Amino acid sequence: MGLEAVLQKDGFLTTTIDAIVAWSRKSSVWPMPMGISCCAIEMIAAADPKYDIARFGSEVMRFSPRQSDLMIVAGTVTYKMAQVVRRIYDQMPEPKWVIAMGACTSSGGMYRSYSVVQGIDQFLPVDVYTAGCPPRPENLLNALMTIQDKIGKTKARDFQNRSLAELEHSQN
Amino acid sequence: MNTKELIVEKIKEKFGESVEEVSDFRDDLCITIKKDQIVNLGKYLKEDPDLQFIMCKDVTAIDWATRKKRFTTVYHIYSFKLNYALRLKSNIDDNPPTIETVSFVWQSANWYERETWDMYGIKFINHPDLRRMYMPEGFEYHPLRKDFPVLGIPGSLPLPFKAE
Ligand code: SF4
Repeated sequence: MGLEAVLQKDGFLTTTIDAIVAWSRKSSVWPMPMGISCCAIEMIAAADPKYDIARFGSEVMRFSPRQSDLMIVAGTVTYKMAQVVRRIYDQMPEPKWVIAMGACTSSGGMYRSYSVVQGIDQFLPVDVYTAGCPPRPENLLNALMTIQDKIGKTKARDFQNRSLAELEHSQN
Repeated sequence: MNTKELIVEKIKEKFGESVEEVSDFRDDLCITIKKDQIVNLGKYLKEDPDLQFIMCKDVTAIDWATRKKRFTTVYHIYSFKLNYALRLKSNIDDNPPTIETVSFVWQSANWYERETWDMYGIKFINHPDLRRMYMPEGFEYHPLRKDFPVLGIPGSLPLPFKAE
């Protein structure tokens, strides 16, 4: 009793292109692991057999921004690093999403100091914030599922003619 | 004669007047020297066959905020021959704080002095490459000074542009 049994005869299915596209997108979110400090360890743990991020189709951590859809910012972002994070984000193809993992990325966390950006939403559009220092892998998976819900509601045309104001800004 | 006495005696014999203070607090020997003698003292400690302080473990500074001589530079050096770690200090005044570099005596001091420049704004004269270590280039302040606010100076560090 598998898919083969059902597909003995030619089957068909009525749906919308948007639904199919959104379903494929949300079932294969490839993360860009922006592991900057300690939170990265929990992000790695989320990929191990116990938590197994592959269950959500997100096991392919891409270390090239060109091949990823989701940036997991896991760690303390300093002002110096902020430039790099933003540049990598700009290099990711649209559509793209961002998880702010942990207290540091969400709000500066315990580093209330001159060198740490007090929340990456000052320079990145964040979709989901994850609480914890560090968040447990379950919490990251929960964030991923929230993103999946969000992606599931999108339509292909939402991403047409998006303004790339920042990109133009960074290139000039 | 034990190690400490040997070190102190040798330094006193050679530098006499320039030694400002010798303290031995909790078994940590610390020599305070006039700032113009720091390189000579370093060279001497490194090259003297009985001492051989060939390793510089750290260079840092203290900001005393209200003291007349506002800054103290601190050097931690180590001798494998004596198996002994010695601390050197030198008081320097503000406007602007300067001291001769010891990076020609100990190579490792090069980056330590860059860090001290970055954090305290102490200028090391004749340093081969006195750039900032941690803070971005173009930053105008020195964060570990007592008059620097812990949350930084708003707008002094640029963030990437975000369109809303
Ligand atoms: S939130 Fe906690 S665990 Fe995560 S990067 Fe910051 S200090 Fe590290």
